[in-house]
Amino acid sequence: MKCKCDHCDREATITEVTVRNGQKIEKHLCEDCARQEGIAFKSQSPINELITKFVMAHGQAIISAQAGSISAKASGQASCGFCGMSFAEFRQRGVLGCPECYKTFELQLGPLIERAHEGATHHVGKAPRKADLTATRAQRISLLRKQLADAIAAEQYEKAAALRDELLSAESRAPDAADPRITRAQMRAQPGAREAGSIDP
Amino acid sequence: MPVPIFSTGIVWLKGEGPRSDIVMSSRVRLARNFAGFPFVNRCKRTDRSQVLDLAKRHLLDLQLSPQLLWIELIGLPQLERSLLVERHLISTQHSKGEEPRAVAVSTPDETLSIMVNEEDHLRIQVIRSGLALSEAFEQIDAIDDRIEDRIDFAYSPRFGYLTACPTNVGTGIRVSVMLHLPGLRITGEIEKVKRAAESMCLAVRGFYGEGSEAVGDFFQLSNQTTLGKSERAVLQDFEHRIIPKIIEYERLARRSLMEKRRHILEDQVFRALGTLRYARQLKADEALQLLSLARLGVHCGLLPDVNPSTINELILLVQSAHLQKAIRREIDQAERRIERARLVRSRIGAPQT
Repeated sequence: MKCKCDHCDREATITEVTVRNGQKIEKHLCEDCARQEGIAFKSQSPINELITKFVMAHGQAIISAQAGSISAKASGQASCGFCGMSFAEFRQRGVLGCPECYKTFELQLGPLIERAHEGATHHVGKAPRKADLTATRAQRISLLRKQLADAIAAEQYEKAAALRDELLSAESRAPDAADPRITRAQMRAQPGAREAGSIDP
Repeated sequence: MPVPIFSTGIVWLKGEGPRSDIVMSSRVRLARNFAGFPFVNRCKRTDRSQVLDLAKRHLLDLQLSPQLLWIELIGLPQLERSLLVERHLISTQHSKGEEPRAVAVSTPDETLSIMVNEEDHLRIQVIRSGLALSEAFEQIDAIDDRIEDRIDFAYSPRFGYLTACPTNVGTGIRVSVMLHLPGLRITGEIEKVKRAAESMCLAVRGFYGEGSEAVGDFFQLSNQTTLGKSERAVLQDFEHRIIPKIIEYERLARRSLMEKRRHILEDQVFRALGTLRYARQLKADEALQLLSLARLGVHCGLLPDVNPSTINELILLVQSAHLQKAIRREIDQAERRIERARLVRSRIGAPQT
């Protein structure tokens, strides 16, 4: 049975039951209000709830974006989330804007790269020695968040679920302050990003 | 720019090293970008400065060579920039513009050079005399590892090391050799070799690299494919399959000229020597062409009195920036032609009677 949060209009996902003077008191709260009340809970975000949240937050934007960019959707992403480069711009200049572009434009780049490299589709050879391949931890978290949002927008729910799991796992690893690799220059906070470790254990 | 770089000459140009009668130098280059930053073309000025700071701090700290010189290119006079280009330490592209960028050079040998903020954040290069690709690769591979211990590179499992231009993605490696092929040019077979190289997906460029003409019968051959083949596979192919063939063709061409058309060969070589010894004006390209023939003459045994390393040094010194540095004056084109001829006469001049 779905019920509304006691404090706001959102759906309640947390129920706090207290017994006082032999009487059972139930509080129904959404995650944000529960946090505000100081109630400890384990955050659970089943995939459909993620979608609901996302749609509610971005609903209007998605609808208008979908209306306007059907052709872009058909051929892949319109522009890179990290640097803003569009595929058309890349075709014009011959160079990509950032490492994320390779993910954003993977569909379109594939055949181009194949042609440029005698039919090769995948890298063979040296790989960085470190386990965390794409970026330092902080960047990885930002990238995963972006990718998660994009996957939801593109209705790739299985991919979104996998990304969410990866994100939770990455966020739960404590940052190593002594690590000399994570310099200030590399910890570039993305706008609107939550700080790592803000989820209550 | 400190004088020590200039006065010691360059190790890789001295013409020592395996097969140096035909292979001038071997070069291996790696393209790398730092994770968390846009590529250079998309960087704001502050991004570029941060990349520069990161690179400078770590490269100097790593002590990649006994002495690593850090050269900021902003504000560096044009003459000094041209010197770096002529020494093959930076590309022409890197010498232009006013954005924050630099190059780190190992001194005094100049075998290692790392461009920062060219087309990619780092363009690491190792260059050696003669045919020495394996050694060059081992050196650069170790350097790459040590830098990567400090700074994360942009990399994806599918596309490998990520570069601004997809034509470099994957290994980001460019293996190249500078070949001297005057024999094949005189026998008229050079076009065949160029076409064969291109059919093997190799890039054929002139003495000054990308966009340059083949002056002085010098040809730079390099791989173009960087994805789908491991670094060692590219190297193996190059060093043990492709280059030996071309070396063999050039050797055969020179031998055939010596045995069957010696008068043609001698005529070209001695005319060149004569001009070098007596001309009062020399254009840069002209000088390079004449020196190329003199070099051929030396390696065919026709010029026992001429020192091969003199020829190799002159190949560098006749270039505009080096010429002006040698005579310690900046001069215009007309004067350069006169001074060039004078410099050449002084080094390779007529035997004293």
